Amino acid sequence: MLLEQGHQMSVVKEGLSVPTSFSPMRSKEPDATQTPTAQQPRCETTRLMLAVRDHRDKQAFSSLFDHFAPRLKGFAIRSGVTNGQAEDVVQDVMLSVWNKAHQFDPNRADVSGWIYQIARNRQVDLFRKNSRPVPEELISDDVDTCDAEQIVGLEQEVTALRSALTRLTPSQRELIEQAYLGELSHSEIQLTSGIPLGTIKSRIRLGLEKLRHELKGTTSK
Amino acid sequence: MTHISHHISDALMAAYVSGNLPQAYALVLATHISMCDSCRASYAAHASIGGAVLDGSSSVSVSPVLRNRVLDMLDTPPREDKPFRASGIFPAPLMQAMNGTPPRWRALGAGIRQSVLYREKSCSARLLYIPAGEAVPEHGHGGLELTLVLQGAFEDETGRFGVGDMEIADGELDHQPVATGDVPCICLAATDEPLNFKSLLPRLLQPVFRI
Repeated sequence: MLLEQGHQMSVVKEGLSVPTSFSPMRSKEPDATQTPTAQQPRCETTRLMLAVRDHRDKQAFSSLFDHFAPRLKGFAIRSGVTNGQAEDVVQDVMLSVWNKAHQFDPNRADVSGWIYQIARNRQVDLFRKNSRPVPEELISDDVDTCDAEQIVGLEQEVTALRSALTRLTPSQRELIEQAYLGELSHSEIQLTSGIPLGTIKSRIRLGLEKLRHELKGTTSK
Repeated sequence: MTHISHHISDALMAAYVSGNLPQAYALVLATHISMCDSCRASYAAHASIGGAVLDGSSSVSVSPVLRNRVLDMLDTPPREDKPFRASGIFPAPLMQAMNGTPPRWRALGAGIRQSVLYREKSCSARLLYIPAGEAVPEHGHGGLELTLVLQGAFEDETGRFGVGDMEIADGELDHQPVATGDVPCICLAATDEPLNFKSLLPRLLQPVFRI
């Protein structure tokens, strides 16, 4: 990992179209007047992830890599691992994104949240001797995921959540960052005030109900 | 799916999602989420906050070698880890913790049995089997105790807990759960200290029974 020494300190804030620290990756061709269709979720990362999932699109994957890999690396380094270990985490997480793409369901998860979860699980697994207990996966190969209303509804909730995060005071925001970087124990975390978690939970719940319905349909065939 | 009325708090969920909950508690949460859609939604909501933090975090450029290596590896079939499946009353994460085998019960007296699944200095997780009508011996605990019902139900000073319900008890609570209903109560419990059973077993025997 000596070759990578030069990269270790090159911390850059990559240019994003929206100047807030919690902004999601937006479409490169924003068109406020156009209603998203079933084929066109508004969020660029959702589109890319669906291309990876449904068409094994390597070009889309490399775009996701270019967006997420530097952030995942910064995230890993901030949580205390070395440059080399951080690159191991990035490799492991991005390959999981590719290999577990069939588990991505835009009805009940946004891409950043889904990748965040993979990253935390993998980082814990890589540096502890026990693999971390994770919930049972709910998957159906036959789920029709082109429910534009639900997908766009969830994207809107995620946007609202992010904008609520930007309205927090700097110290509250710092607390959130520390918590989700895994720096706080559960008794140190007090974070519900000011974050509209209830609405996003009910939206995700709708996505789950849809999936439950589909799973029921497939098992009764 | 039965009605679940005792859920995971936001603070616990945030600690779990961020990978900062000790293993024994993480096992209880993973098992509860597997049984409870409301907490599965909460799990994803907390991951969304994590995703927002990830998106807003400082980027550190990755080496071109890494990028090329990852792109080259896309055609390599991944090493398949066979996922554990739920079996009977035991959801998948619990089956994984038991390595796919049924629990190995050890008698504690009065028909009560336990099976220690996971144990280290900072925390332990066990299955408890309590015949209907029996009380879990009165115990205090030094810190957080999570108890998830897998079969039957129990009641204590704070309420009734049925299948899927998770009780969160802190060190202050000196409770005495009693199994209710027609079937034995089987639950998954995680503590950060050895349980201090006050009546059933003398303290000296606790190491023998791995409590």
